[in-house]
Amino acid sequence: MGDTSNIKFKIQDLNLFYNSFQALKSVNIEIEKNEITSLIGPSGCGKSTFLKTLNRMNDLVEGTKVEGSILMDGIDLYREMDAILLRRRVGMVFQQPNPFPKSVYDNVAYGPRIQGIKKKIELDDIVERSLKQAAIWDELKDRLYKSALGLSGGQQQRLCIARTLAVKPEVILMDEPTSALDPISTTKIEDLIIKLKEHYTIIIVTHNMQQAARVSDKTAFFLLGEAVEFGVTKELFSMPRDKRTEDYITGRFG
Amino acid sequence: MEKIKQAKLEDKIMTIVFYIVAGFFLILLLVFASYVIIKGFSGATSQMFTFTSKGVLNQLFNTIYLVLLSLLLSCPLGIGAGIYLAEYAKRGKLTETIQICIETLSSLPSIVVGLFGYLAFILMTGMKWNLFAGALAVSILCLPLITTTTFDAVRALPDYYRYGSMGLGATKWQTTYHVLIPSCMPRIVTGIILAAGRGFGEAAALLYTSGMSTDINWSNWNITSPLCPLNPFRPGETLSLHIWASFTEATAANAKDIANLSSAILMILVLMFNITVRIISKRIDERAGGGK
Repeated sequence: MGDTSNIKFKIQDLNLFYNSFQALKSVNIEIEKNEITSLIGPSGCGKSTFLKTLNRMNDLVEGTKVEGSILMDGIDLYREMDAILLRRRVGMVFQQPNPFPKSVYDNVAYGPRIQGIKKKIELDDIVERSLKQAAIWDELKDRLYKSALGLSGGQQQRLCIARTLAVKPEVILMDEPTSALDPISTTKIEDLIIKLKEHYTIIIVTHNMQQAARVSDKTAFFLLGEAVEFGVTKELFSMPRDKRTEDYITGRFG
Repeated sequence: MEKIKQAKLEDKIMTIVFYIVAGFFLILLLVFASYVIIKGFSGATSQMFTFTSKGVLNQLFNTIYLVLLSLLLSCPLGIGAGIYLAEYAKRGKLTETIQICIETLSSLPSIVVGLFGYLAFILMTGMKWNLFAGALAVSILCLPLITTTTFDAVRALPDYYRYGSMGLGATKWQTTYHVLIPSCMPRIVTGIILAAGRGFGEAAALLYTSGMSTDINWSNWNITSPLCPLNPFRPGETLSLHIWASFTEATAANAKDIANLSSAILMILVLMFNITVRIISKRIDERAGGGK
């Protein structure tokens, strides 16, 4: 495979349809390991749809049809991999913090438990490690057995990140993870994302261009289902090659 | 400014109106309940509190036993059907038809269910009146209630619970069992309480199924004997049937007092059942960490 070994996802000529509506048009992108890639673009441009193809969450939407291929470590996601197993390797954090109505502990232990881990010692260890990794252990260690619904929005979102980390994924997908949060919580999550890069490949959808510029190594600009431009974040924001990218990042539309 | 003043005034008036309505119902309920209970116990004799043909405790036992049996039958089916309709069934003509059928079933008059039960569970099986046939008839009434409340409860859960769980690599069943059902347990329990209430109060559906006599020997624990209390295939008159029978057919001089006491006991039974189930469901909920 030579120099492709550093590539986590190789997306080739990806088309996606919701019934007769084409949401993604011939997308070709390569996403590298241990990098943060951000996906930007106006509402309805297909960036979230694209994100969801990477762990096949789109399978849950009736009437979805996918053409083309997505290779993860050289293996075709849609033809050679089981969706359930894929989602254990490619975790996801959602726009709305969505802890289950269970205790903090049970939220984090949920993923390992459904994979069959039952031993208390083992689970304790995973819960502590995951919460520490998500930089929320100190805040929550005294209330592990209280409901997660009593936490603030920012805490809930970091808990959801911890819940994702608990299944030891290789990739973390984030769908506008800070859009429902206040600025301080947003900063905490951004710091966390940058820290997590060391061990994970991260792909983040964001409405906020400053956020993309702050956290990501590469950026892809989506428009009307097309990946218009993809490149190193700094270059994309300072010297966009495509006129449409330039119009968007300078605020002429979107 | 005038508009705001008027809006605020309306707001106040409506608040007061709602308080009055709520208060009215509370008072009505209290008056009604205390009337039934006081009247019931004032005419009671010690003989009535016995497990004999002159007492009502056998009927009390039959009522509880019948409701438990019917819940045992209708809960798994009803909850299962509700979950199937909410999570698994594809939205379309077939599902819609099933839903219409269930709604129709829930408005079926109970006397019709009783006659159907008589035909299906008594005549066709060739058995005598029995508790189990009564429980089956009551199950027909409970099923649509439990199914619709479960369906509504599961459907009302936000999609992000489903995505959150599936996104961690859970299967559909794992998501349903470990996240969705626990999240809407209180509402499912409400459905079960409603169904049980139907069972406690049911008379018409039991007339021709569970029968209007009861003959139990409390020292007989041979389950195959028709005198054994736990044998479900024996006739078993319930409290509400007893009320009806005492008023219409009984020859005893104090039949009215017996009916009144039966009403009082039935009322207390329903009340205690509701409170107990609520407490249990709250405990489960707290242990799962669902409360705040």
